[in-house]
Amino acid sequence: MATVQVSEAEKVYILHGVRDDLRVDGRGCEDYRHMEIETDVVSNTDGSAKVSLGHTDVLVGVKAEIGKPRPMVPHEGYLEFFVDCSANATPEFEGRGGDELGVELSNTLYKVFNNRSSIDLKSLCISPGEHCWVLYVDVLLLQCDGNLFDAISVAIKAALFNTKIPKVHLSENEEGGKEIELSDDPYDCMRLNVENVPCIVTLCKVGYRHVVDATLQEKACSVASLIISVTHKGTITCVRKVGGGSLDPESIFEMTEVRQDPPPPYSSSCHLPFRPSQHISTGFPVRRSNCNRFV
Amino acid sequence: MAGLELLSDQGYRLDGRKATELRKVQARMGVFAQADGSAYIEQGNTKALAVVYGPHEVRMSRSKTLHDRAVINCQYSMATFSTAERKRRPHGDRKSTEMSLHLKQTFEAAVLTNLYPRSQIDIYVKILQSDGGNYSACVNAATLAVIDAGIPMRDYVCACTAGFVDETPLADLCHAEESGGGTSLALALLPRGGHIALLQMDARLHQDHLETLMEAAMTACKGVSKVLDQVVRQHLQEVSALTGE
Repeated sequence: MATVQVSEAEKVYILHGVRDDLRVDGRGCEDYRHMEIETDVVSNTDGSAKVSLGHTDVLVGVKAEIGKPRPMVPHEGYLEFFVDCSANATPEFEGRGGDELGVELSNTLYKVFNNRSSIDLKSLCISPGEHCWVLYVDVLLLQCDGNLFDAISVAIKAALFNTKIPKVHLSENEEGGKEIELSDDPYDCMRLNVENVPCIVTLCKVGYRHVVDATLQEKACSVASLIISVTHKGTITCVRKVGGGSLDPESIFEMTEVRQDPPPPYSSSCHLPFRPSQHISTGFPVRRSNCNRFV
Repeated sequence: MAGLELLSDQGYRLDGRKATELRKVQARMGVFAQADGSAYIEQGNTKALAVVYGPHEVRMSRSKTLHDRAVINCQYSMATFSTAERKRRPHGDRKSTEMSLHLKQTFEAAVLTNLYPRSQIDIYVKILQSDGGNYSACVNAATLAVIDAGIPMRDYVCACTAGFVDETPLADLCHAEESGGGTSLALALLPRGGHIALLQMDARLHQDHLETLMEAAMTACKGVSKVLDQVVRQHLQEVSALTGE
């Protein structure tokens, strides 16, 4: 994660504030920053979404390609994740600098999304054992101000919702092999059911309390964080602890309890903007600009 | 013949433009708050994002420090979903490295580097969607980003591509026209003085046609510079309105 240098005095200031449920920007410990979600931003992908969470900007593009299913699961398609930490976010990511973080993020994404309850992978199957849809989910980090996992998970959910996979017609050719025809009609497509796609919530331990949606400064004051991915029903799909400090088991249970409470309103508010419209925002009016797609 | 497809008898190209018509250019400055300067440009279907950090202390290797001017460091990368076929590596391949060097060369000609000795200016460009004219979109976006960062330049740097079909020069090529196998010339120009910062052409062309092709590219660049100038002035008006002047 891109880091900021925080002085000792500032750390103490942040710690005291969090103790009294008042963070530097005026939020409470369990408040998220203003989030804006926009879908259908890149036109030559099959689905795309851009999420701005405070100063963190994430752009996700989904491309569907036909490939061979995995040998262990011939009746299912699969997802491939790739996270590109671009140098736009911070000069530290130039060249190979962003590779480490990118690999860590994509490995976590595999763990979170790679289970049957998230997406109906069987719907991605074309002919068992031979052809299936492979969804390449590419995450592009444009700006980094803490809380990458949350922003990325919301963006992936939005992009998958926006994904239009063309319908496929199987036919037999002369030698008896299968031929695949994609329909030419751009509206004849299949949409994915993203109800059970989990959203990731990151909780950082700052002092004796935990905060949700930490900025880079708060991250610098915290010793450890807990990453939990929750579906809207409350099912936890992945729990990970990151950071150099150690967490007391009591605090972990406390955090998971807190997690049950905000996810329903947070995940359900994620459902609200997911209408097939071009421009979505969850709060303040968006400043109109020349390019009304990219704000 | 490729010529018949790219330019019809009535003088219309594949996307309905005339031979010397540019694609629609829309740009916005100051898209990211964290960077020193940033800009986003859309030239037709090509979308590019440029971010500038600097001038700051030379970070990577102290040996690169120049005692009398600033070092310009560029990185060109493409998003993996930017092309029709998914690109595996965003940067690090030969083409991206070559483009980064071209950008560095272009901006060393324009930025007043002697005002910032022993420092480094980073220019990072990202192509979000690729439909021909990648280099030109990058240069135009980077110009706006450098202006947004407040780094002094000699002049705007405007870039455009030009092609040659049926004795007619075409301005601002799209992907289909670039990859059709015809001539394509990329030109980066400092419009006021008419100085060329970068000129690149890789195709066969009879030397008699070179001058017309370059003239067409220069006219196209001057057209782009008018649009960029307008964008900068509008951004300045918006910003000064917000600060209450």
